[in-house]
Amino acid sequence: MTTVISIENLDKIFESRDGNTVHALKDINLEVEQGEFVSLIGPSGCGKSTLLRLIADLIEPTSGHLMINGLSPRQARLHRQYGFIFQNATLYEWRTVIKNVQLPLEVMNYSRRERDERARQMLELVELSDFANHYPWQLSGGMQQRVSIARALAFEPNLLLMDEPFGALDEMTRERLNNELLAIWRTISSMTVVFVTHNISEAVYLSSRVVVMSPRPGQIVDIVDIDLPRPRTPETMDSDHYFHLISQVRHLLREAH
Amino acid sequence: MAKTTATPNRLLGWLPEESRLTLLYFCLIIVIIVGGWEGLKWLGQETNYSLNLGPVQIGLSKTRDLTMPHIRDIIGALGEPAQRNGPPLIQQLTEAALFTFREAFLGFTIGTTLGLLLAIIFAHSRLLQRGLLPYVVASQTIPILALAPMVIIWSDKLGARAMGVPIIAAYLAFFPVVIYALRGLSDVPDTALELMQSYAASRWTILWKLRMQNAVPYIFTALKITAPASVVGAVIGELPSGIQDGLGGQIINFSQYYVSGPPRLWATNLITALLGIGFFVAVAVAERFVVRWKYADTIFNRIFVDPVINLFVGIPPLFTSRSTDKKKK
Ligand SMILES: Nc1ncnc2c1ncn2[C@@H]1O[C@H](COP(=O)(O)OP(=O)(O)OP(=O)(O)O)[C@@H](O)[C@H]1O
Ligand SMILES: [Mg+2]
Repeated sequence: MTTVISIENLDKIFESRDGNTVHALKDINLEVEQGEFVSLIGPSGCGKSTLLRLIADLIEPTSGHLMINGLSPRQARLHRQYGFIFQNATLYEWRTVIKNVQLPLEVMNYSRRERDERARQMLELVELSDFANHYPWQLSGGMQQRVSIARALAFEPNLLLMDEPFGALDEMTRERLNNELLAIWRTISSMTVVFVTHNISEAVYLSSRVVVMSPRPGQIVDIVDIDLPRPRTPETMDSDHYFHLISQVRHLLREAH
Repeated sequence: MAKTTATPNRLLGWLPEESRLTLLYFCLIIVIIVGGWEGLKWLGQETNYSLNLGPVQIGLSKTRDLTMPHIRDIIGALGEPAQRNGPPLIQQLTEAALFTFREAFLGFTIGTTLGLLLAIIFAHSRLLQRGLLPYVVASQTIPILALAPMVIIWSDKLGARAMGVPIIAAYLAFFPVVIYALRGLSDVPDTALELMQSYAASRWTILWKLRMQNAVPYIFTALKITAPASVVGAVIGELPSGIQDGLGGQIINFSQYYVSGPPRLWATNLITALLGIGFFVAVAVAERFVVRWKYADTIFNRIFVDPVINLFVGIPPLFTSRSTDKKKK
């Protein structure tokens, strides 16, 4: 197995100009293997987004070590090794759905033919082919988030970083998108996912491992192996083991408080 | 929507209800203005230009034909030649308006380009923005009337006489573009920017694919201010330059002969206003084509319907037009 993300003794302290400091993350150690689906869970403000943004090189660590596919986060970003999915879909409102999916391909200088082809494939994957020429404001929140998933997958990164992608959606839509996400993850073998959420059942349902974090300064309390059989289906949610794992995570979260 | 064949609105039935209302209000206001104007004149005439209300006495001498010509005389003046054996005034003024429009358009183009360049520079360098923006603001506090003669003399000395007036128009035009474009270039959502960073996009790519696109609606807001302003700039520029071919020349001319024919100056002002309005509408129509994504409507709507609303209401009816589009489907 190859290690995709390796984090050692990572610390992040935010210092604002008025002299306030926030110790957001403290002594984080984590290894993520290729093909894993890892969830980060913890109370609001515990540094989940911060950790994800450190991995993505959108911010810099205060101290500690961080490697992505054996590269520094900066190099990994410059080599376009991950796709990032934000809580709000962050579609460009002046672009149609298909043009949004093509955005990374344009930035990365793919040929026009390849852009068209890939974008169509991706829209098929998220079942939005009929909406290719709509503008973002004409879509529902769930549809917009599916477009942003298609956009992140378009250039075939082997690492997907997702920051509460379904946090703003209703329970039914969330469940549907969870299943779609698992289906996509299954088709693209070797794809690693790091998924931020504060929904316990979602974390358990999706993940191979759940990383439980404590409030500020954010630390890893424990890592729970989710040994539920795959493929996971709505029936998985009826199993006793599923409930057992959920309460295990819940207890860990409560103890951390 | 229900069929409206039997309604009295048959004539304007092709217009969406909202535009019909706008049109109605517009006509209503014309009626009020014309009625008020002529009513005041009538009152003046009836009371021998002085209204006695007990202790209060209101002078109405301003309603005489010299200061307030009859509307029908103003319109009528357009049909008559201004000089003996000359063309009708309307033809003379149309030619002058075209001349002035060429200057204004050139100034508009120069000003917009300059404004955009400055905004792009300012958006990328906080230092230059802090250093230069105060001067950009200061430039607008100098009355254009004080500057115009100098610009005309300089451009004459530099052998670019024809550029004098456009430069004055550009001077008025560039400022709103700088301010609005800078806003649009910098008011980019953090995550939209981080998305580009996650693609390791270059500054150049971020400028073209994100910042500029984001700025387009802001820039059009500026252009709607700039278009009529550049007409004003061109007219003012013509005054000290002694250019006779434009509306500025006509205004000077007819104000010198005002006593012998007040309606002609009024008619000239009317044509100048129409030129500014026409330029504004052209920009509004262009906006509907460029900022297509906001509206997602038909070409017909873009040309005819919404510019009507744009013109009379002043701002693009962003949300209302969206909801009517949705209803249609
Ligand atoms: N750019 C920043 N500057 C200063 N402080 C920050 C910054 N970003 C985050 N923080 C602080 O770091 C802490 C962790 O923030 P973070 O956004 O990572 O939390 P989170 O776990 O993602 O919370 P949520 O579940 O609400 O999204 C918070 O206390 C926050 O105030
Ligand atoms: Mg967060």
